[in-house]
Amino acid sequence: MTDAGIKVAGVTRQKRLLNTYGPLIGIAVLAFFLLVWAPGTMTAFRLGNLGKYCALALASMGIGLAWGRGGMLVLGQGVFFGLGAYAMAMHMKLEAAGPGGVPDFMTLYGNGTMPSWWEPFRSGPFTLFAIVALPAVVSFILGYAILKRRVKGAYFAILTQAMAVAFATLLIATIKQTGGFNGLNTFTTFFGHNLYDPKVGKNLYMIAAGLVILFMLILWQLYRSRYGELLVATRDAEERIRFLGYDPANIKLVAFVVAAIMASIGGAMFVPLAGIISPSNVDAPASIMLLAGVALGGRSSLFGPVLGAIAVGYSRSTLSEKFPTQWTYFLGALFIVIMLFLPGGVASLWPKVRSLWPSSTRRAAKGTASSVDRDHEPTRDVDLDQAEPAALA
Amino acid sequence: MTASFLGEDYLEIRNLTVDFDGFKAVDGVDLTLLQGRLHFLIGPNGAGKTTLVDALTGLVRGSGEAVFRHHDLLAMKAHEIVRLGIGRTFQTASVFEQLSVLQNLDIAAGVHRKARRSILARGKVPERVEQALDTIGLTALAHRPAGILAHGQKQWLEVGMLLVQDAKMMFLDETVAGMSTDERDETGELLKRIVGDRTIVIIEHDMDFMRRYADFVTVMHTGKVLAEGTVAEVQSDKRVQEVYLGTTAEVGTHG
Repeated sequence: MTDAGIKVAGVTRQKRLLNTYGPLIGIAVLAFFLLVWAPGTMTAFRLGNLGKYCALALASMGIGLAWGRGGMLVLGQGVFFGLGAYAMAMHMKLEAAGPGGVPDFMTLYGNGTMPSWWEPFRSGPFTLFAIVALPAVVSFILGYAILKRRVKGAYFAILTQAMAVAFATLLIATIKQTGGFNGLNTFTTFFGHNLYDPKVGKNLYMIAAGLVILFMLILWQLYRSRYGELLVATRDAEERIRFLGYDPANIKLVAFVVAAIMASIGGAMFVPLAGIISPSNVDAPASIMLLAGVALGGRSSLFGPVLGAIAVGYSRSTLSEKFPTQWTYFLGALFIVIMLFLPGGVASLWPKVRSLWPSSTRRAAKGTASSVDRDHEPTRDVDLDQAEPAALA
Repeated sequence: MTASFLGEDYLEIRNLTVDFDGFKAVDGVDLTLLQGRLHFLIGPNGAGKTTLVDALTGLVRGSGEAVFRHHDLLAMKAHEIVRLGIGRTFQTASVFEQLSVLQNLDIAAGVHRKARRSILARGKVPERVEQALDTIGLTALAHRPAGILAHGQKQWLEVGMLLVQDAKMMFLDETVAGMSTDERDETGELLKRIVGDRTIVIIEHDMDFMRRYADFVTVMHTGKVLAEGTVAEVQSDKRVQEVYLGTTAEVGTHG
């Protein structure tokens, strides 16, 4: 190898290391802002709001995994968000009712008897277990049934969307058991801690923000792992993967289940921070709102879904304060502009900005040029028709 | 050479038929694919060569019997067939263009890994992958995205992926189509190097390439096996010459 060759190889190795471990720096910066800066400077009200966005971001990160990396347009994550949220809300409702007590709405709308399936949620540990296990089991069964039948693209999206509609309808129809349209609210304590204590509010925020950072680390590892590579390969050429000895359904199923668990944990954190969970938080429009944040931020990047979810949540509340009736138009317009000019989301700006640096790294990177960033971008912008075996015909 | 023909990894095909709504793309094919040779599958367009391979690798449904290591391939799913040690390439090179050459090979090596280990990132390059990189001559390009490879290199990468899978039976669908003369030669030499105790089945239209590298030839026509034998035997076959009307002279002269 010539001197020049060695030099280029050295530079690309550095670049590879930077591409692998660089995101950790980003995560550290985000951790500083979420865990140190925000609690130090924000009012309790704003911090509570940010906590809510963090809870939504947890669900968004799962969408980033399933949609951005797995190519599954999950339009019904509200279902899994709702499973976690309702599990948590039921526990908190029972806490508010006191030992042996019955949630208030059951006496209001029913005859004051509690369905037996509420009973286990009196236990805190069981509730925490259910928040993870419930979405895992449900998503596994659903995912197995859908993915093994090779349902994909638009059909997959419609199916998941229908799930969200059905779930919300079921909740509304069962007012005596789930609080119906009103949902579950008026909580007093969170695992014994008084929710009206500002310190507890701050700690709740810290838990939500801490989970965001934790999930980012999990996704970072997942994305750099062999599984992560395999998932991207499956997204881009599902049929080809079969002929390498994998069942693509299994690969996608893992992402689908992990995404569901992430959504559920997000839902569980949303409840104490928002003080309410109702069908309108988990139905189809709510699911699409989650998706919008992911699309805005950049679905296949590590940071896109988090930043997108926080940005959408923030603009939603500030715009709705200033323009109570027109704010959805602003959000819609923003969405259109982003999709037109940055189909990869705001996060796709970063590699573009970086490629403007006129340095030797740029020359060395030519050819391998931002290969890692491209790895993570879907080959097609519209995922609705995933790689059909046309090439294999 | 004859001794290796009697290895255990042979594929026995009996009365294989692929029926597309009444049109028999493959019609009662009997074929035995033996170890240790480059077995060429030739025939005019529409002869059913690719469909035959599709049926053997689980891409289309076929009836009849195809037994490899006591398993009937026709009853198996595509990924199970691969795990049994049978790999294939496609007419259009279908490597993962966004992934690096190394990542492509590493994914192919996944058949040898436990699923739960895939949660870890790749540490050092697996030996199998390194060897394959060397064999296909792409070591220097290991970290480049596969999308920038030349056409020939992509096909070699596909062969490398089969090597990493340790496929005992390889079906190569028109691998040298569109390659330059030099690339063809290199491909031929590559196949001779790797064949060992494998069975390599090559679907080909390039008669010159076939003549130079084939150990055994099967000629297909309208879904049936027309003739079988060495290059010389096949070339002297009257029926084969008829089928290749336009190219009869060419098939004959170089014999």
